Amino acid sequence: MKLLDFLKGERKKSASVAKERLQIIVAHQRGQRDQPDYMPMLERELLEVIRRYVKVDQDAINISLDRDDDCSVLELNVTLPRS
Amino acid sequence: MAKIIVVTSGKGGVGKTTSAAAIATGLALRGNKTVVIDFDVGLRNLDLIMGCERRVVYDLVNVIQGDAGINQAMIRDKRVENLHILPASQTRDKDALTSEGVEKILDALVEDFDYIVCDSPAGIERGAQLAMYFADEAVVVTNPEVSSVRDSDRILGLLSSKTRRAEQNRDPIKEHLLITRYNPSRVDGGDMLNLDDICEILAINLIGLIPESEAVLRASNQGIPVTHDQKSDAGQAYTDTVSRLLGETVPLRFHEYQKKGLLSRVFGGGRR
Ligand SMILES: Nc1ncnc2c1ncn2[C@@H]1O[C@H](COP(=O)(O)OP(=O)(O)OP(=O)(O)O)[C@@H](O)[C@H]1O
Ligand SMILES: [Mg+2]
Repeated sequence: MKLLDFLKGERKKSASVAKERLQIIVAHQRGQRDQPDYMPMLERELLEVIRRYVKVDQDAINISLDRDDDCSVLELNVTLPRS
Repeated sequence: MAKIIVVTSGKGGVGKTTSAAAIATGLALRGNKTVVIDFDVGLRNLDLIMGCERRVVYDLVNVIQGDAGINQAMIRDKRVENLHILPASQTRDKDALTSEGVEKILDALVEDFDYIVCDSPAGIERGAQLAMYFADEAVVVTNPEVSSVRDSDRILGLLSSKTRRAEQNRDPIKEHLLITRYNPSRVDGGDMLNLDDICEILAINLIGLIPESEAVLRASNQGIPVTHDQKSDAGQAYTDTVSRLLGETVPLRFHEYQKKGLLSRVFGGGRR
């Protein structure tokens, strides 16, 4: 087994895969951290409305709130399927 | 005025109770009047780790509901002077734990003690939120594992928003990272997240590193917090952690993989 690994070249160590995954997860979680409590609900309901018209997946919708000094911008990204 | 320290993690089974007991014991051994409170209503464990399960008469909920005074419910540790345990209730429903009730208890204890250590239940629900709500400092217990690190990050989010200090815009809770069940040999082999990676991802101050150790199970079997086992790696690592909590600078130990040499293989090595 060891020899096989050696011949195939260095296999990526599982710990470094773990680190890469965590960096993405944590960045995502921190993005959501400062958002108001209604955001998940808003996201769900928006998805429902969109689905009445277009068939999209759960993860096709991406919503975020960016706060500047004097105003907030609600950004909604929906990936529509090729028709 | 006592400092209130919550030991929390999000994920279950990572070593919160082990750490709360070991840290409280260490603080008391250093001469601080300390009480450790079990917030895990319905699933109390701390009494077993502290070895006082047969002396539990009243519990946290009894005190909140006025069935017992705080001094009746607190158990004096048999081994360490200045160390007290406030057990959680075993049977009652979780709603018995109220924010007002917890506040009243902590207010009463803060006058008398130097340190109040709160052992949080797992999860991010009410019990965990109540355990952290009044804290001044937090020890976030993390295992070198993806799910544990993710949950720790969620807990950090709660600490900075859903706590008294956050809500009153006071200085934020001081957050400390405690990595437990660390296995240097697996880290060396590339199959376990290493110390630096975890610190980089969570980006909070490292207060200690506890190796995966046989001494921990031995300690819990006996009901003697592992801090008392000063021959063991885990016991020494918790003592270091307590020193750092007290503001001292202590070098990190037990994080490097020691390849066993012939001599230590023959004689069994120094570490247990
Ligand atoms: N450093 C360690 N080395 C070996 N085993 C450990 C170590 N720390 C904790 N354990 C073991 O892990 C298990 C869980 O520990 P503990 O009860 O302290 O976790 P917990 O976070 O309080 O769990 P829960 O979320 O259920 O309250 C126990 O069996 C304990 O003995
Ligand atoms: Mg526990």
